Amino acid sequence: MTVTVKTAAPRSSASSRSDAGRRRTRRRRRLTVLAFMSPWVVGLGLFFGYPLLATVSYSLTNFDLINSPTWAGFSNYVYMFSKDPLMWVSIENTAWLTVAVTIGRVGFGLLAALVLVKVKRGAGTFRTIFYLPALAPPVAAALSFVFILNPGTGPLNQVLALVGIQGPLWFNDPAFAKPSLTVMAMWTSGTIIVILLASLLDVPADLYEAASLDGAGAWNQFRHITLPSVAPVLTFAVVNSIIVGLQYFTEAVVAGSVASGSSNPAGSSLTLGYPDNSTLTFPMWLYEQAFHQFHMGYASAMATVLFVVSAVFTIVLVRRMRATGVGEEE
Amino acid sequence: MKKAPMAVVLGLATVLSVSACTGTGSPTSGAAAPVSSNEKVTLTVWSNFADRELAGLGTTMAAFHKAHPNITIKNVGSQDDDKITQSIRGGTPPDVAISFTTDNIGQFCSSGSFQNLAPYLSRDKVDLSTIPKATKDYSSFKGTRCAMPLLADVDGLYYNKAMFDKAGISSPPKTISELTADAKKLTTYNADGTIKVAGFVPTPGFYENTVQALSPEFGAKWQNSAGKSSLAASPGWSEMLSWQKSLTDYYGQAKLTKFTSQAGQEYSPDNAFQAGKIAMIIDGEYRTAFIKAQAPNLDYGTAPFPVTDSHPELYGTAYTTGTIVGIPKGAKNAGAAWELIKYLTTDTKPLVSLANLLGNVPTSTVALTSPDLKLPKQFSTFLGLFAGGKLQSNPASSNGGAYIKIVEDFNLKYVTGRSSDLTSGLKSVDQQIDNTNSLGN
Repeated sequence: MTVTVKTAAPRSSASSRSDAGRRRTRRRRRLTVLAFMSPWVVGLGLFFGYPLLATVSYSLTNFDLINSPTWAGFSNYVYMFSKDPLMWVSIENTAWLTVAVTIGRVGFGLLAALVLVKVKRGAGTFRTIFYLPALAPPVAAALSFVFILNPGTGPLNQVLALVGIQGPLWFNDPAFAKPSLTVMAMWTSGTIIVILLASLLDVPADLYEAASLDGAGAWNQFRHITLPSVAPVLTFAVVNSIIVGLQYFTEAVVAGSVASGSSNPAGSSLTLGYPDNSTLTFPMWLYEQAFHQFHMGYASAMATVLFVVSAVFTIVLVRRMRATGVGEEE
Repeated sequence: MKKAPMAVVLGLATVLSVSACTGTGSPTSGAAAPVSSNEKVTLTVWSNFADRELAGLGTTMAAFHKAHPNITIKNVGSQDDDKITQSIRGGTPPDVAISFTTDNIGQFCSSGSFQNLAPYLSRDKVDLSTIPKATKDYSSFKGTRCAMPLLADVDGLYYNKAMFDKAGISSPPKTISELTADAKKLTTYNADGTIKVAGFVPTPGFYENTVQALSPEFGAKWQNSAGKSSLAASPGWSEMLSWQKSLTDYYGQAKLTKFTSQAGQEYSPDNAFQAGKIAMIIDGEYRTAFIKAQAPNLDYGTAPFPVTDSHPELYGTAYTTGTIVGIPKGAKNAGAAWELIKYLTTDTKPLVSLANLLGNVPTSTVALTSPDLKLPKQFSTFLGLFAGGKLQSNPASSNGGAYIKIVEDFNLKYVTGRSSDLTSGLKSVDQQIDNTNSLGN
């Protein structure tokens, strides 16, 4: 016992010293990690956490941008879902554009990448040509499309007239305004094309050779080799396009304003959503409420709803990405 | 464990709410003292003027500087209402703000973003009786005068005299049915059936075809005595929208849209009236200055805009709006700013000078009869309309004229055939306007 006690004491002391040392090491490591992460943590808190909490806070007030906000409870949310008809119109338009822009960008991007990957001569030139529209500023792109799709003087309708087709009114017709915006979004999908092209070039050629020897046709090769190989990048393209659709703003504002023929500056209340509010997106209506109608509290409530919707989409898609292995180290 | 983060979030939200609720101060009250002659002050004046018009304003303000050598003026153009509001929020407003739209007057006055001028008017015993009622209305809100009218715009009919002569029309139309008949007579088509020259374009939102500009000629009322929206109860609205739709249907909506989509920008030399592609338009008096500068050879005349056949007595009615000027909340030199505003808006000489330089209507009845007014002969129509006692403006609102978008949206929807029930449509518009006005109150 004595021996045990005698021998145990130094062992315990050594063990506690060792535990203390480990704790210190752990603490130091944590502090080091925190120190390295601190710029990100501060940035996240300042530029995401605080604005988010402030937005939620303002959404529960009446706030005209000039005077102090006054408590309004949930009245902004009640108004949003019961008394604001344009809110639903803007949600419908945003949903339409999100679906169409996502299908258009990803579909067209994949198609263009599949064509480009086959091109051998002048591949660099063609890839540059397909990517270039992505560099066009949104305002310039919108102006160009309104010009091209002008129902009276636009080159597209003039060409259609030559072959006996009466062109539609495009941006001046509520039925064609959103499809016109979708075409524009497809035209500027160069970034999607480039990443899909890179992904396609990474697919091992011997897979196609083996499949070909097994008698697989072009469709089966695409379905069983190409698609699974580029699936992670496709998922990223879908996430990216959904975010673009949910935030659709500049192009719709400029196109509506210019097509209306109004002399009011772009973003003016009267031209937002032209024609017939068919291009009025949720972010546009939020902007109108905040800065033209001076309902910052209501706009904050709209922003909160948009955040929740975006977050849900992001969580679902990130889980889907993880399931397909995107972001996982091989 | 899960409750702790939620408690932190709610706690932070509460702190933010409290801090948000105490962020700004109360509006300035009382009149700032005028600057003494030995005190040097620099006034920053913001407006949305540019080029020729900004230079005109500068010339007029130079005369003020000459009379007050201690007050230097920095004349800054291309500043719209969004920028003015932003600067007030940021605590760096100009000393004097000139706004081009009267849609925001309700917000400027009710929020205190433009200072109440009543103490200044009272202290300096400024006589506002020389300013017409409609002009006073669009520069104040619910009894609070936070701005002064700088120059007025008045709408009337512009017509191409050469086209009238060619079509055998001897005088401008006085009623809507005469206008419609003349428009049809003046319209010509290309070989492919597209419109070559439109007699009159009824499309809502095209150039100055706004609901504010057209509704007075139909006797249409915006609100009832309780301040609620009352478009459905005012027959003028139905008459106006029905007329616009019938004329649109006459042309064919697609044809008309193609025609307007290739019309030149309103303020460019390609303006379709100036280019001889439209025979008649509704427009403001400022068009005379644009024609003088951009299409000096155009043979045109002006007249009061025709009125609905059911109310011929309305002839001479005109929509008026204009430029307003105020002292933003937080202005550093409010005393000197008021001196400049008083000079620009109540002194006949600068009013006449600005009217001559900018081609707008001076806002006092004294300036209207000044022999120094040197404006084209066509301008006299607008001076007559301004002095005629039948001016109308649209009501001010505290939400930036949100109701105008609602009405314009329905106007376009009905005229282009996407809504067929006028009565229930107007009732729905009333409901939407009242709902919008309730938000934030």
